[in-house]
Amino acid sequence: MAQTETVQPKEALPVRAWNWLTETQIWTSIFRHAAPINDRNRVLVMLSNVFLHLHPVRLKKHGVRLRYTWCMGGLSFFLFLVLTFTGLLLMFYYRPTLEYAYSDIVGLREHVPLGIMREMHRWGAHAMVITVWLHMFRVFMTGSYKPPREFNWNVGVIMLVLTLLLSFTGYLLPWDQLAIWAITVGANMARATPFLGHEGPGAALLTLGDVQLIHAADDARFALLGGTFVGEGALLRFYVLHCVALPLVIGFLMAVHFWRVRKDGGISGPL
Amino acid sequence: MELIKTFINLFADPRLFFIMSVLALVAIVWKREAFSRNSVGYGLLAFLGVFFAFGLFDENFRLIIVKPDNVPIVALIFLVVFFTWYAVREGVRNDQRIAAGDDPIEKEESDRVWVWPDLVYTELISLILCTAVLIVWSVGLEAPLEQPANPANTPNPSKAPWYFLGLQEMLVYFDPWLAGVVLPSLIIVGLMAIPYIDTNPKGNGYYTFRERRVEITIFLFGFLVLWSSLIVLGTFLRGPNWNFFGPFEYWDIHKLEPLTNVQLSDFIWVRMLGQPLPENWFVREVFGIVLTLGYVAVLPPLMARMFRRYYEKLGATRFYVTAMLLLMMLSLPVKMLTRWIFNLKYVVSIPEYFFNI
Repeated sequence: MAQTETVQPKEALPVRAWNWLTETQIWTSIFRHAAPINDRNRVLVMLSNVFLHLHPVRLKKHGVRLRYTWCMGGLSFFLFLVLTFTGLLLMFYYRPTLEYAYSDIVGLREHVPLGIMREMHRWGAHAMVITVWLHMFRVFMTGSYKPPREFNWNVGVIMLVLTLLLSFTGYLLPWDQLAIWAITVGANMARATPFLGHEGPGAALLTLGDVQLIHAADDARFALLGGTFVGEGALLRFYVLHCVALPLVIGFLMAVHFWRVRKDGGISGPL
Repeated sequence: MELIKTFINLFADPRLFFIMSVLALVAIVWKREAFSRNSVGYGLLAFLGVFFAFGLFDENFRLIIVKPDNVPIVALIFLVVFFTWYAVREGVRNDQRIAAGDDPIEKEESDRVWVWPDLVYTELISLILCTAVLIVWSVGLEAPLEQPANPANTPNPSKAPWYFLGLQEMLVYFDPWLAGVVLPSLIIVGLMAIPYIDTNPKGNGYYTFRERRVEITIFLFGFLVLWSSLIVLGTFLRGPNWNFFGPFEYWDIHKLEPLTNVQLSDFIWVRMLGQPLPENWFVREVFGIVLTLGYVAVLPPLMARMFRRYYEKLGATRFYVTAMLLLMMLSLPVKMLTRWIFNLKYVVSIPEYFFNI
């Protein structure tokens, strides 16, 4: 009787390398479980990964379909991340002063070979305004603001306004003709704020004896611009709002928004 | 060819443009089953594509649409048209299913799937596509940079960033305190109020039209007609001195438009009663004040009577808040119409207190 020899199938080198890699202590210290190819690991990957744990483990089928979500909320968030990253790079080269602002932008344009960070930042910002609108449109058309998601709709509306404000404050920073006149047109509205703008209805009523309380140098427009015209003060104010204050607020609200999506029962769907 | 351009220029007039966009909305809502056909959706997109392609050959139109910051608005037109059509189509489909006794599509798809891989991969592909689009867009189109800021040199026209052009367009009809402060605040308040004044429990979590006819129509009126179409109007059809220019018209800085607008007080005191304007501002403006008070204080109770069913369904608070927000929303078209028909500038005009309505 001939001796039959069992031959172990010899695995290809990449497979062996992969197996070796995923068994090293370094790898297993980062990923606590094997690839999510079985149900147990599909649960574990969602529970143990900080970037994925915003998601539930399982989801109703319509909720993963573009037909229902249009992916606009996700894209808005992604564009925000792109804008944060490109904005951070731009901050290395940009100084918000009358002396340097414009020439720094010219420098970015002329001296950086193949530089597209400013383009990515600007077009990404326009795109984010559009995706946020379409996200709101989708949420309305699917009735997803209805109970129990009323509060989250409100958080969303505030973030919509913040998105517009972020874009508006960023518009000034290149300090070219387009920038200051667009901001001038926008900021002139504040002059007419009822009671708080010096050309607004009711402002003339706010007096202390003979002293006008609201005038050009202390009204709502002044607070916005840090001056009576779009100048150095406005540039610094818009820079700080654009790079620090508004991103912090909107980031905080995003956390609330995503948390509430989960807590209000996940993505909306028929009851 | 010139004839077509003249014809389009004529039809782009703000009055016709606005009225046509209202009619388009009425058509969408009323004939939504026809509108939701694939041929209509793709046809609309193809029509827009041909229109812009055709427009590129016109030097005046080209100047506007290839302005780098206007590119997103061109994209916005296509996207808004597409997604409006898409949302209506999905709504109509579900309506037909519900009418036939079935559940909406979303209900049928409510069995659960794993987030990994189903959702995670969808997200990954979306991110990659989005990044690719953004990179191509950035390589292909340089971000605009004009002359350095010069406070002494005012460009004509001075336009706000494109997403605020709807508000800037309102300045034609309202003073800045309304167009720039009060009405934008009310837009925000109104949006935030939606979940609390809409008590209709139906249509939560699926596309539908029939079950939410009124809500969707009002929202589409706000989003498509008052917001999106006014942005398009402000971007493409407003030139120097904020005068109207057809899409194929040269932006002539010397174009003059006769300013024949009159105040309501002029109408009544001078033209109807044949008297000089009274000195006292209150006497002068009393008719306008009464009219405005009537609009905000008398109309809502009248509406409560007319729409008894809604009043009972919503309760007093909800109904009056809704009525008030609706009236504020409609104040823009009302003011537009009175301007176009009667050349009315202000209903109430008290320049002494910067109070003009």
